[in-house]
Amino acid sequence: MLAHGADAIPRDPAWRSRLTMTVIAVLVLWPMLVQAEFKPWILWDEQSLGATWQFLASFVPPAHSTEFLQIVAVSTWETIAMATAGMALAMLGAIPLTLLVTERLSVSRIGSGKVAPVAAAIRHGVRALLVLLRSVPELVWALLLVRIVGLGPTAGVIAIALTYCGMLGKVYAEILESSDAQACNAILNNGGGRIQALLYGALPDAAAELVSYSVYRWECAIRGSVVMGFVGAGGLGQRMDESMKMMAGSELSTMLIVFVLLVAGADAVSAMLRRRLA
Amino acid sequence: MTYHLTKLSVHHAGAASNTLALRELDLDIAQGEQIALIGPSGAGKTSLLHTLACALQPASGTLSILGVQPWQVASAERHALRRRLFLAPQTPPLPPRQRVVNAVLAGRLPQWSLWTAIRSLFVPLDPRAAWQALGKFNLQDKLYARVDRLSGGERQRCGMARALVSNAEIFLVDEPLSALDPTLALQTVAVLKAEAAERNATLICSLHQVEIARSSFARIIGLRDGRIVFDAAREDVNDTMIAALYHNKAASAPAFDVIEPDLDGARPRC
Repeated sequence: MLAHGADAIPRDPAWRSRLTMTVIAVLVLWPMLVQAEFKPWILWDEQSLGATWQFLASFVPPAHSTEFLQIVAVSTWETIAMATAGMALAMLGAIPLTLLVTERLSVSRIGSGKVAPVAAAIRHGVRALLVLLRSVPELVWALLLVRIVGLGPTAGVIAIALTYCGMLGKVYAEILESSDAQACNAILNNGGGRIQALLYGALPDAAAELVSYSVYRWECAIRGSVVMGFVGAGGLGQRMDESMKMMAGSELSTMLIVFVLLVAGADAVSAMLRRRLA
Repeated sequence: MTYHLTKLSVHHAGAASNTLALRELDLDIAQGEQIALIGPSGAGKTSLLHTLACALQPASGTLSILGVQPWQVASAERHALRRRLFLAPQTPPLPPRQRVVNAVLAGRLPQWSLWTAIRSLFVPLDPRAAWQALGKFNLQDKLYARVDRLSGGERQRCGMARALVSNAEIFLVDEPLSALDPTLALQTVAVLKAEAAERNATLICSLHQVEIARSSFARIIGLRDGRIVFDAAREDVNDTMIAALYHNKAASAPAFDVIEPDLDGARPRC
């Protein structure tokens, strides 16, 4: 039986603030939608539907001539190579930066909880460097680099390496910071070095997450390298750009299929590695 | 002299508040002594062990460890001092996904170079040492098991085995018996004492098992509200002192109110 009147249960104290937050969210979001010209109904008018249908119809069947498949295979390989080389370079930069930025591994903080001023300054500097690296999108790096090193995958590799170095450094550090502090602290308290604390204290538990994040980033790098192909960084993206300009829907659909397969492949690799490290 | 403390006060870890975990302690400990640290929960046993391990900075007073004043010297020198002592925390700090052999050999890390440490992750460098250390705690069969396959008591003993493979001159062990049955507890204390005596290492154990403390340790320090209540040889500790150490807590502990079960409230309202 529900209580009524004077015996009514106290009102949910969260209710008022939730209502306020909703109203504020709507008030903030509405001008943004207007600014972004958010008019989804355009998709459904006669002309758009016709154009969409025509373009989509040309997708079937996907292009499958031997010659074209060969070209796709070569550019796919180029894309994978670009993403992998970019990731490798990014990790090469990110791992030492992570070691510098992770407060968990600080020796000077033991006892007082306060990091020594010099170490804190270095940590802030490295953090700023990571922000700088990842705040410039890889596409912009690629545009700049294409002007410096010329058209081709080199620009794409360096662009991925720079942006992803910033992202990996930040997320690696966060994963390490959120792992169990005890194991790390015990090794540091007993006089172990910071890298030893990382290897024996933090890595055993964080390894699976670090690996799966790296593989996910590799998947993103594949996508990113396709996008950079549009600005002349080679690979599958450049082919896609050409086909797009010629409105060759069948070629596009082949490349999109390759694309889905690549992402599915990265997913399978990630699942396999996670299982092995679990 | 292993330890020399004068008027040492310490705040709780991570809290810069006014509450002190330890108040003006004076304490001298010689090399090779075996000491039990007893007292009610919250008396400051863990804070004291952490302070003695250079893992907690005192707020005031002087602390000298093995002739060094750790908080007067540079961070690197302080860290070098940490290599000579071993702090075993109350909850064994073993990553669940690590193998026991690596978890135990981690006690050797302070003596290892970085390359040795990396090599040992791939091929354990001295599995025999880990095997022998585990053998002292009846855990030999767990050498290559993963830590998350161990029970709570096994983890605790695994943490002790890590202490044994280190070459520390001081062992600071925080409640090593909390997850062990009475027989295992006695065995474990015996192993720790024998190992410490063999290397002439100082052993300081915080314990809740007063009986074991009184039967096994030559010197007993009673701690309460951050102060040393008594610091005496085993023979001089009597039941009255023990009762006084724990007494008030027990008396002032409020009995749990008996709540009339309200069956109507428990019934789903629909």
